[in-house]
Formats: sequence, structure tokens, C-alpha cells
Amino acid sequence: MDIFLQQLVNGLVLGSIYALVALGYTMVYGILELINFAHGEVVMIGAMVALSVIGALMGAAPDLPGVMVVLAGILVAIPACMALAFGIEKIAYRPLRRAPRLAPLITAIGVSIILQNLAMLIWGRQYISFPPLLPRASFEFFGAHITLLQIVIVALALTIMAGLWLLVEKTRLGRAMRATAQSREVAQLMGVNVDRVISATFIIGAAIAAIAGVMVSAYYGLAHYYMGFMLGLKAFSAAVLGGIGNLFGAMLGGLLLGVIEALGAGYIGDLTGGFLGSHYQDVFAFFVLIGVLVFRPSGLLGERVANRA
Amino acid sequence: MTFHKFAISALSLALAFSLSGCGKTEDAGNVIKIGSVAPLTGPQTHIGKDNENGARLAVDEINAKGLMLGGRKVKLELLGEDDQAEPKAATIVAQKLVDAGVVAVIGHLNSGTTIPASRIYHDAGIPQISPSATAVAYTAQGYNTAWRVMANDAQQGKALGRFAVGKMGAKKIAIIDDRTAYGQGLADEFEKAATAAGGEIVAHEFTNDRATDFNAILTSIKGKSPDLVFFGGMDPQGGPMAKQLKRLGLNARLLGGDGMQNANFLKLAGADAEGVVASSPGLPIDSMPGGPDFRKRYEAKHGPIQLYAPYAYDAVNVLVDAMKRANSAVPAKVLAELPKTDLQGVSGPIKFDAKGDTTGGAVTLYEVKDGAWKVLETVK
Repeated sequence: MDIFLQQLVNGLVLGSIYALVALGYTMVYGILELINFAHGEVVMIGAMVALSVIGALMGAAPDLPGVMVVLAGILVAIPACMALAFGIEKIAYRPLRRAPRLAPLITAIGVSIILQNLAMLIWGRQYISFPPLLPRASFEFFGAHITLLQIVIVALALTIMAGLWLLVEKTRLGRAMRATAQSREVAQLMGVNVDRVISATFIIGAAIAAIAGVMVSAYYGLAHYYMGFMLGLKAFSAAVLGGIGNLFGAMLGGLLLGVIEALGAGYIGDLTGGFLGSHYQDVFAFFVLIGVLVFRPSGLLGERVANRA
Repeated sequence: MTFHKFAISALSLALAFSLSGCGKTEDAGNVIKIGSVAPLTGPQTHIGKDNENGARLAVDEINAKGLMLGGRKVKLELLGEDDQAEPKAATIVAQKLVDAGVVAVIGHLNSGTTIPASRIYHDAGIPQISPSATAVAYTAQGYNTAWRVMANDAQQGKALGRFAVGKMGAKKIAIIDDRTAYGQGLADEFEKAATAAGGEIVAHEFTNDRATDFNAILTSIKGKSPDLVFFGGMDPQGGPMAKQLKRLGLNARLLGGDGMQNANFLKLAGADAEGVVASSPGLPIDSMPGGPDFRKRYEAKHGPIQLYAPYAYDAVNVLVDAMKRANSAVPAKVLAELPKTDLQGVSGPIKFDAKGDTTGGAVTLYEVKDGAWKVLETVK
């Protein structure tokens, strides 16, 4: 039982990170029907910028408490990622808004490769370690170990999700976003500044991505120029699993994918009597994804609730 | 335009021919090309660059001293290539080096790249000396071109398995390997030796060489309450694994091979590196006969030693030693001389057995104490 609980904790932490990144994919898809493959790289840039700031601060003010240093890292990473996403949208996607759908998709892949290589040039090819700044407190809960960092990650992720939901449902900007998602032309006729709404969508997604990036690097203790690639792929899968374009779908899909992965890796060996080992962890997760898509092609919660809301 | 392109490709083709020509015939040129292959991009860059620098130091020193072959002064030239630690890229750069007319290759770094590349060098008939590939399979293919200057996984795995059960007193052992030729080979040899010594293997889990999340497999291992976890893999995975192991409250020592026994592991694992034990083939650099002196010369040029630089340095010297005895750089003649190698290298005396493995084969165990690798003991 304690092992099952521990796997559930592992999965929930991983899943809440997936969910945060998935939100970025799903928001952009909801409005533009564009799969922003560069989103994973924005997460990576967020982690890298934060680590640079943290490194510089540790050198300049070694007496500062660790939590403050990390917070400063996040606070610089967020606007950096927002500016980056604003730039990406303006330079790479906006000129192609009326082009066939494949063109911006290819551009997105291109942007992703460019960002990866830029990061490699700036920060080098090595793994960068996250300095031990955060408290290492850990709790035992029915035999499962939970660290303070894990609790903070999950709590922060849930807060961000709730905040985003409030923003989309209750604010003027949110209403404009939903209107743009339903019909760009009609929204424009109603006086919505569609360009601004689209920019805002990218910027909000990037801010969340920056936080997710710092979370990942703090959680695993490292950052690397290609860390965004696999994370992006998994988060995108999570968004599809939940129903791409749907905010709740991304949250649910992310959490589910994390839990499925953890349980899959933990139990597949015992369930198959050692026939399939833990290296089938990803296979297992994608098997579930395919299974869901066969029976519910638009994901668990369906596409773009905004349309029907 | 098309004519222009054609002219360029024809020219480069001609150039390639002339280059391969000069490598294969003895006295066509005064420059002898030696290849060096290691990952120069990706997570193992620091170790790859270290290998290349070790080889480069040897080449620079030999050139500075002056090398006479067949009555004329020759100059060595090191061609460094990047195999990205990818088997596919390894065969491509191997072919590239063969086409460029190298007379020998120092490399590759990983077993997973060394083995597929060895076929290409064997077909071209040029000697390949790996400084760091330790998979048993590399020299077991029956190629007369495949050599290495480091103890192989069988020697290392055996030492680790015996040490885990004997000195560390492990009874229940869990194994994780990264599914690379190196990690899997080491883990399999470890498993054999540990079982033979009376240890019980309670779990064998798998990951890959790009992973950073091991929570799931470590939790599953925790359910089997081992007192030792063995990891066959490299430091980019070993570092985070050490962290997650502590975080999950797993009450077991972490033991690894030479892929983990380096400075980068300490950085990535941070405070959780404490108490981790890992082995490295050969002797600790400062107990090597030529170690302290090598460290001085190397660090003056290339900065701190990461891992295998002394072995890459020795590999070049073994090669040049054979060239001197053959009084030629013709690969076939050098190959005939390599079995007679009896050289005092930086890492110790180097002699080969019939397969091309070193007969010395010492393995040293290290433990992390106060944030640094401290020698535990050297076993033969």
C-alpha cells in the first residue's frame, strides 16, 4: 500500500508539471488551431534563465536565503519567457496566420530547433545542476515520502490552474479569448483586438511555462538544452489525451499521464511476470493514449469546450 | 550553376582519393593522420572532450619530440570527430575518417558506438584503440583491429559484484541499467558476480540514457527492500538517481561503474552523493606511475581531467610505439606489431592478450566522502 501511495505521489508531481506545460499547448491550439511545438523549448529557456540568475545571485549575494534566490530566478524567468513567446508569435506565426495549416506547424518545429541550438550556444551542452538552495524537508505519510518541494509543486500547479480558469471565465480578456476561439472573424467584428488576444494567449502560456521550467529543474536538480523536447512531447500528449483546446482537459490529461507513467513503470514488470520490464514505461503511457483516442478521438473531455460554453 | 556544383563535387572526390592515397601508402606524405572519436555534443560532452584532449596532448608531445619513421621525419595530425554517443552517427564518422585516410583511430568513447564502428575499421584494415569502451563484446568479435587500453566490463563487473557482497555486505541487491551496451554489459557482469558471491538479486529495472525521472522504478525497487542498488550507466542519470533515491527514503547504498565515477556526478547529485560507491578501471590518477606528472602537463593545457584522458593519452602512445617498431605507419604493419606491445603507460604497464584486451586490468573503488571521490581500494 505504501508503495502504491508513493507511486501515486510520484505520478501526481510529474503530472502537475505535465499539466502546466499542457496548458500552454492547449490554449494556443484552442485559439489558433496551431500546435506550438516550440512551447517545450520555452519551458527549457525558463529553466535556463532562472538558473543563470540564481547562479549570478549566489555569487553576488551569498547570504541571501535560498528561497529568495530561487524566487528571484523565477521572477526574471517569467518576463524573459513572456518576451520570447511574444517575439515567436510576432515573427514566426503571425505572418503565416492566413497560410495553410501545415506552414505554421513546420515553422513551429523550426522555432523549436532554433531555440534548442541557441540555448546550446548560450548555456553549453552540459547538464547544469540546480544548486541546493531549497529546504530538503520531507514528510512521511502512510509510508510514502513526500518532500516539501513536491507539495509546493503540486500546490502551485493547482493554484495556477485555478487562476487561469478564473482569468478565462471571469475577466474581459478571458471573454475575448473565448470569443476569438469561437470565431476569429466575428470576434473582430465585435471589436475584439484579435492580435492582442493572441499575443496575450502566448504570453500567459509562456509565463506558466517559465514556472514549470523552474519546477522541473528544481525537482530533478538539473537543466539541459534538450530538456524541453521530451517534456513538450509528453505535455502535448497529455493535452491530446484530455482533449486539445480544452483547459480542463489539459489539466486532467497531464495528471493522468503522470500517474499512468508512474504506475506503469512501477507495476508493469510484476504484472507481466517480468516479461515486460520498466523500460516499457513510455510504451505503456502511449498505449493508454492510443486506447483513449480510438474510443474518444477528441480526447477524454472533448475539444474546445469554449465553443460550446 | 549545375556545372559549378559538378566541378566542386568532382574536385572534392579527387581530393578524397588523394587523401586516402596518402594515408595508405607509407611514404606519400610526411603527415600521418590519426582519428579521434568521442561524443562532443550531448550530455557526455565533458567526457568526450577529455578523451580528445588526452589524445591531443600525446600527439603534441610526440610531434614536439619529433618522430622518425622509415628514415624520414613525420608529423602526426589528430582528426577529432563527434559521434554524439549515437551508434548511427558513430558509423558515419567512422566511414568519414576511413575516407579521410587515417592510419588508426583512438576511440570511440562509449561501447555502444565503439562496437558498430569497429566493423568499419576492420573492413578498412586500420587499428582502433579505444581508451574507454569496456563492453566485453568489443574485442570478442574476432577482429584483429580492435584493441583497448582499459579493463573491460567483465573485469570491472566481477570486481564490483564481489565488492558489493563481500566488503559492502549487501544481501539483497537491486539492479538498474540504462539499456546501452555499456550499462547493460556492466550490469549483467555485476549480476553474475554478485550472485556467485552469494548475493540475492531482488529486482532488475531499466531506464535509458536520456532519462531524468527514476522515481517510479526506485519506488518499485523500494517495495523489495534491497540494501544495495547497482546502476549500470553514466553520470547524467546517476546524479539525479542518487537524489531521488534519498528523497524516496530508500535505505540502500548506491553503487556504480566508471560512467559515474567523475566530477560531474558530484555536481549533479550534490549532497546526496555522499556515501555513493563507484569503480573505475585502472588506478586512481595520482597512484598511476606517471599520474601526477601527467596531471600537471594536461591541466596546464586543457584544464581539470574529467575521466579517461590518461587512457586516450596511453592509447596514442601504444599506437606510436607500434609504429616505431614497425618503422612505418602502414596499418597492416602496425597491426602486426600491436600484439607485442609492452609499454609503461601513464595508467600503468600495458600488454595485450590474444583478443586485444589489456592484461593489467586493475579496478579501483571509490567512495564519496565530504563531496569528493576518495579511494577505497584497488582490486585486481
